[in-house]
Amino acid sequence: MRHRAFAIGAATLLAVTTLGGCGSSDDGTVRLTYWAWAPGMEEVVALWNEANPDIQVTVKKQASGDELVTKTVTAAQAGTAPDLVQAEYQALPTLASNNVTADIRAEVADVEERFTPAVWQQVTLGTDAVYALPQDSGPLLFFYRADLFEEFGLDVPTTWDEFADTARELNEVAPDRDLTTFSANDAGLFAGLAQQAGAQWWTTETDRWRVAIDDEAGRRVSAFWEELVAEELVDNQPMYTPAWNQALNEGRQIAWIAGVWAPGTLATAAPDTEGRWAAAPLPQWEAGENATGSWGGSSTAVTTDTDHLPEAAEFATWLNTDPEALTALVQQGGIYPAATDARTGGALAEPPPFFANQPDFYETVAEVAEGAAPAAWGPNVTVAYSAFNNAFGSAAGRRAGFEEALAVMQRTTFDDMDRLGFEVVQ
Amino acid sequence: MSATTSAAPTPRATNAPGRPRRVALLPTAALLLGALYCLLPVAWVVVAATKSGDELFSTFTFAPGGGLLENVSDLHGYRDGIYWKWMANSALYAGVGALLSCAVSALAGYALAIYRFPGRESVFNVLLAGVLMPPVILAVPQYLLLAEADLTDSRLAVLLPVLLSPYGIYLARIYAAASVPADVVEAARMDGSGEWRIFRSIAVPMMRPGLVTIFLFQFVAIWNNFLLPYIMLSDDEKFPLTLGLFTLLNQGSNTPALYTLVITGALLAVLPLIALFLVIQRFWSLDLLSGAVKS
Repeated sequence: MRHRAFAIGAATLLAVTTLGGCGSSDDGTVRLTYWAWAPGMEEVVALWNEANPDIQVTVKKQASGDELVTKTVTAAQAGTAPDLVQAEYQALPTLASNNVTADIRAEVADVEERFTPAVWQQVTLGTDAVYALPQDSGPLLFFYRADLFEEFGLDVPTTWDEFADTARELNEVAPDRDLTTFSANDAGLFAGLAQQAGAQWWTTETDRWRVAIDDEAGRRVSAFWEELVAEELVDNQPMYTPAWNQALNEGRQIAWIAGVWAPGTLATAAPDTEGRWAAAPLPQWEAGENATGSWGGSSTAVTTDTDHLPEAAEFATWLNTDPEALTALVQQGGIYPAATDARTGGALAEPPPFFANQPDFYETVAEVAEGAAPAAWGPNVTVAYSAFNNAFGSAAGRRAGFEEALAVMQRTTFDDMDRLGFEVVQ
Repeated sequence: MSATTSAAPTPRATNAPGRPRRVALLPTAALLLGALYCLLPVAWVVVAATKSGDELFSTFTFAPGGGLLENVSDLHGYRDGIYWKWMANSALYAGVGALLSCAVSALAGYALAIYRFPGRESVFNVLLAGVLMPPVILAVPQYLLLAEADLTDSRLAVLLPVLLSPYGIYLARIYAAASVPADVVEAARMDGSGEWRIFRSIAVPMMRPGLVTIFLFQFVAIWNNFLLPYIMLSDDEKFPLTLGLFTLLNQGSNTPALYTLVITGALLAVLPLIALFLVIQRFWSLDLLSGAVKS
């Protein structure tokens, strides 16, 4: 009887071994693996596989986030990275400086014009190389409760001064409601707001980095929000909490600055408010401008580990510029495409279901997206973000000290790069 | 609680055995608080799993909703029922991994407890150092090693590192030393039994409660393991539950997290563990009732 138990154990081990050993075939077909997190990516890739029997792509679904960057870098070190990865724009400098992403400039020479210069600059990192192809972008917009704005007689602010006035007016007519919140948990939003003001947090100049988080643009944005928070004209609690969901759902917060993907988030966070929101361009620093920042967005990068660089780059080009692929990405994955000609009509002719009351939703977005400021990311975005969370978290709680918080963020980011051995100035 | 009222102190009964002792209020209160602290999140998961997406954040936290069946069927329908595949994977990793690791621990622990050989103490000390080493920091080196063997992204990559459990071997050694008397081993040798047979027919039955403990420890540890499979696996057909639920939470900024699916999935993921504990419990109480040697 004992022998049998042992035999079963051995058989299981054997079965497991054989299951594990799936190899690559050598019938001339190029097989590519692609780590991606966008929902529905399998369906989009299936279109490619059908049309390209000799280049077969397998999607391996991943969880998005900083952990995936670490995992990709580790896999690249071991020589087991996939051929393609989906990478957020702010992760590209990390991946490029670890030599994970390949330079595909020769393979994608003619696609630059399909994207806005601001987006393209994020995949070249300001160099001549091309480290990835832009997939989606998240231009910031001003989302507001159209019904409540009307009820309280508020005008949609077009400048930040008007935004502050709107917050004041709301405070007078409905003291129990807030216009929005300053969330110290979402550095991505603050980064987007700073980009709009003209910030370039990381730049490269002849073999050295410059960190400029605590610059004029950053100070302008943080001083603006400090005043609103100090006067209790906006809330100081973080976003994406159950309390925040409830505040949105019950109309205690009547506006939200977010990326173009906000409708999806609002649908889960505030399900009772369907059809009552509207999107408007982000308030401007100078009247009449059309500038915005970005929050979110990702790209498709080819890794240095691949044995099939031309084929991988060909697939990446198809995925991010072909009308059929982009339509599928919009429909299956709910992305907002980075390619400019895919931003109107087609799959984006209709507004998102949650915003059915605003038929011109995507036309508004397309206009706003034209003015998306270039983002400048560096190799330690995660450090800067966690410094933001710590420093601004306590500043927002005290409703004071935003200026010092920005200085702390600058110092932490600079020191970290210095310690890692980068040539860096500030 | 009734003990407090019945405890009328009479001098005669002060040291009488079996007399109900006075309940110490402070420790009891502290323990009750601790129990509440541990059980509240569990209660939250149970209640939240019954809420539909609309109710999740909008109704009172502990008010049950009416969407449990819908949630389960949504989870079942998500990407052609991949959730069940993840659960089967978890069962495979935890079941096979715990069984093999238990076998390795039993062999190693028995050998360390019974045999005298040079280097025995050093081996044991190295293992003790291994107990202090959190498995988390080993995940990346193990990945790099398995990449050399071309085994990453395979089920074996998750199973191999869990085979050797320093804590399991440590427990097995302690248990073997306590429950397998040297006299019994000696007697078996006198009767002409081989070493393998002594281990298999005499030592293993004696060590059984300890081995069950090791099995359960390992099973729960592997079932809940996150970092090792996260680093090792990239194909979500091979993901265990922990990883699968994590991908549901992080789908990129333009897709909201699938909270109701994750919460329902987390609740269902606990059920096999509870079932396992209920089934295996009886092996614990079945301690060695019959002593082999008289002391």
